[in-house]
Amino acid sequence: MSSNTDTAGPIANKTAGSEKSGPAVAASPNPLSFFAGMRLSELLGVVPFLVFAVMFLIAPTLFLVGAAFLDDAGNFTLQNILDLGSPQIVASFWISIRVSAASAFLGAAIGLVIALAVIRGRLPEGIRSAVLTFSGVASNFAGIPLAFAFLATLGRLGLMTVILKLIGLDIYKAGFNILSFWGLTITYLYFQIPLMILIIAPAIDGLKKEWSEAAATLGATPAQFWRYVGLPVLWPNLLGTLSLLFANAFGAIATAYALTGSSLNIVPILLYAQIRGDVLHNPGLGAALALGMIVVTAFANVLYLIVRTRAERWLK
Amino acid sequence: MATPFLSIENIVKKFGENTVIHGVDLAFDKGEFISLLGPSGCGKTTILRMIAGFERPTTGRIVVDGKDITDLNPNQRQIGMVFQAYALFPNMNVADNVAFGLKVAGVGKEERQARVAEMLKLIGLSGFDKRFPFELSGGQQQRVALARALAPRPRMLLLDEPLSALDAKIRVSLRQEIRAIQRDLGITTVFVTHDQEEALSISDRIVVLNAGHVEQVGAPFEIYNRPQTKFVAQFVGTLNTIEATVTDAAARRVSIDGQSAVLASLPPDIATNSAISLTLRPEAVTLGKPNGQDIELEGTVSEVHFLGSVIRLRVDLGKNSVSLDTFNDKHTPPPALNERVKVAINSDDILLLN
Amino acid sequence: MKKRGQPWAWVIFALGAAYFLIPLLATFEFSLRIRREGYTFDAYMNVFSDGRFQATFTYSLVVGLAAILVGVFIVVPAAYLVRLRLPALRPIIEFVTLLPLIIPAIILVFGYIKLYNSSSWLPLTGSALGTDILLTFGYVALALPYMYRAVDTGLRTIDVQTLTEAANILGANQFTIISRVIFPNIIVAVLSGAFLTLAIVMGEFTIASLLNRPAFGPYLQNVGANRAFEPAALAIISFVFTWGAMGMIQLLARFAPKTAARTD
Repeated sequence: MSSNTDTAGPIANKTAGSEKSGPAVAASPNPLSFFAGMRLSELLGVVPFLVFAVMFLIAPTLFLVGAAFLDDAGNFTLQNILDLGSPQIVASFWISIRVSAASAFLGAAIGLVIALAVIRGRLPEGIRSAVLTFSGVASNFAGIPLAFAFLATLGRLGLMTVILKLIGLDIYKAGFNILSFWGLTITYLYFQIPLMILIIAPAIDGLKKEWSEAAATLGATPAQFWRYVGLPVLWPNLLGTLSLLFANAFGAIATAYALTGSSLNIVPILLYAQIRGDVLHNPGLGAALALGMIVVTAFANVLYLIVRTRAERWLK
Repeated sequence: MATPFLSIENIVKKFGENTVIHGVDLAFDKGEFISLLGPSGCGKTTILRMIAGFERPTTGRIVVDGKDITDLNPNQRQIGMVFQAYALFPNMNVADNVAFGLKVAGVGKEERQARVAEMLKLIGLSGFDKRFPFELSGGQQQRVALARALAPRPRMLLLDEPLSALDAKIRVSLRQEIRAIQRDLGITTVFVTHDQEEALSISDRIVVLNAGHVEQVGAPFEIYNRPQTKFVAQFVGTLNTIEATVTDAAARRVSIDGQSAVLASLPPDIATNSAISLTLRPEAVTLGKPNGQDIELEGTVSEVHFLGSVIRLRVDLGKNSVSLDTFNDKHTPPPALNERVKVAINSDDILLLN
Repeated sequence: MKKRGQPWAWVIFALGAAYFLIPLLATFEFSLRIRREGYTFDAYMNVFSDGRFQATFTYSLVVGLAAILVGVFIVVPAAYLVRLRLPALRPIIEFVTLLPLIIPAIILVFGYIKLYNSSSWLPLTGSALGTDILLTFGYVALALPYMYRAVDTGLRTIDVQTLTEAANILGANQFTIISRVIFPNIIVAVLSGAFLTLAIVMGEFTIASLLNRPAFGPYLQNVGANRAFEPAALAIISFVFTWGAMGMIQLLARFAPKTAARTD
């Protein structure tokens, strides 16, 4: 404490001063003491960033959250939140959760298997970097072009549909339709799997070679190594990434909009329609819908962060 | 002569076109503590990994206790191994780590717990059973790794530079502990290191390796005092080298920077006026007039390092210089720089190496 | 014990490659099918000669460049100062860079519409230019996590602390240091962030559509709703563009400057 007062600026001295005052002054810590030692010129450089953050990230979100609690006249109400319980909206959330969960679980499982194959399957070195590069591209290839691509692949006139028909497998006759729950899920996997690969690859790299060698000298088979060491070490990362994939799918809209349109009424599509044309005839409800979405994605993301920090503690 | 417990027969290892191990033959008895000593890249770790089963020899056999294990997987060899990077399983506490070998072998819970307690007592970490690796220091982790390797009662113990990642002080105390435990249990042990002091202080025998060849095998005393090649003499301990000229081959007389000396022996067909390299240990050179030694030389002090109990000097003889140690004597200050001094050498102590 | 390429690994790799490559091939094949007689590039010709393609592509490109410039202006000083002088602010800054990943784009744009509509304190949506500005800032927000991480990594690699101290002792002031010493050395990192921003902006639909701007995303959606084969051509063009942008980032990574290794 004493060493700070030598170089600290006027703000810090003010803090020191206020502490010396008598009991009449509240004992609560001066929030400005946080900035003790920081020069104004330095803070100036961070100001654009912070102003931007407030104006275009924090304020709009908080404003929206607040609007969820206001009715048309501007008075506080919980009615909007309660209206989220209406059958149409509940159905919407339920579909969203199902699509997000399906694409997250499948994406995580398949991504894990591919990552393991590429990293520990002793494939030629070039394959690993090719897969990681491709994953970097593919995880960004979402939205409308992706929907087009899958229509061209598994749509009624799509290449795969046609080829399968040639070998006697009419998938549409068997009940499949790209414009459906499973069609959307399969399409989502195109960016979920690469995202999983990108995130889990460093964790698999972190499985030191010495661990599997030590396990071998102690008599363990490869299966035993994975059961007792490999998977348990990866487990927190897997769980965390699952959460992240879920949030990723839950917030996505463009792909769904281009693919299934409003035939699959996931929450973002409902919200989109509401913003566009107030289909719910209730602006406050739109805000409540947004609040619901934020709660879900925030929860999933926070879970991811917590799990990841705990996992990193193990693997110092 | 008992049959060796571990025998490595004519092992050759190639990586692609590159031959890394050139036909190595070694035989160790049960209960021996062997060090594989050599500089980086000499092949010592490769040989260890072949014993463990992580590398297959290109040609040759490895036989343990009469059984050829060359084609066995590592998890079938009943060999314990300790790694440089500890390699404790991060998701398990100390007790589970130590019990791992027993668990995969199907040993029952009670027996496992008893054995774990026994091992923790052996390494002096009783009470640490619930701790996790990230809560332990490097030295503690390595001791747990040792306990883990020994818990399933392996036939042999392999250690791959286990002390390299630790602080100097811990290194010294831990190597004593490892040796004490090994003696206690009587387990055949192969220890890889590049630190010659480490190897000298704890081994029964040392194998000195260089570029995939065995230079010499022997007890520490042998290796140090009777090195068979120049490499061994230089790698193990410090070595003085003196370039001299033969003045009279028949009389075994040589000239060292103009000063005459008679050697105990010379290589058989050496001619007069040819050059010859003499090597000797620092402790074979004494400061001052000869006290029973038969060679006397004169030179100038060029370096004085006061190290406390020992004073390390370098004396220039002309083109040559020798390094010697003398004990501190509180009544006699060390010689000054550029002082003219006499040094004495016993001709018996001179090593003639190729 | 060294086995080359386990068979199960090859099988999995092959299946994975199939899942990811077939849609690309199918899309390409589909895009060539516009004429019943055979394969032609007519769909691509139609796309490139479409006035709306050119207009919206250019529009998005311009907005993308604007977003890059704003992003650099916001991120570089902040990342620099946090790393050098204000480490206490790091948790706050990093939290902010996580926000765009937590808050979906649709929520952001909804918030913008509510907060900056024509009857609010800053009526950005009241004019075309205002809405363009809003769109740009929206894209800056979407790209923020990536831009910040790219710049922060770049600063870490060049050991910005020592460079600053050296420049300082030679007499340079803060502004000179940032613009003439630091920035040229992190240009590669900045370009990485720039290409990523571009990739994000070109394909973006949600914000552009709800703000009613003539961007490339809404154009894609429109074509998809009205034409059969052109969407496939557009998807291929889009993929090539994204791949090109990512490829540039990989290329740039090789030219990234690093200071000599520190021995401590």
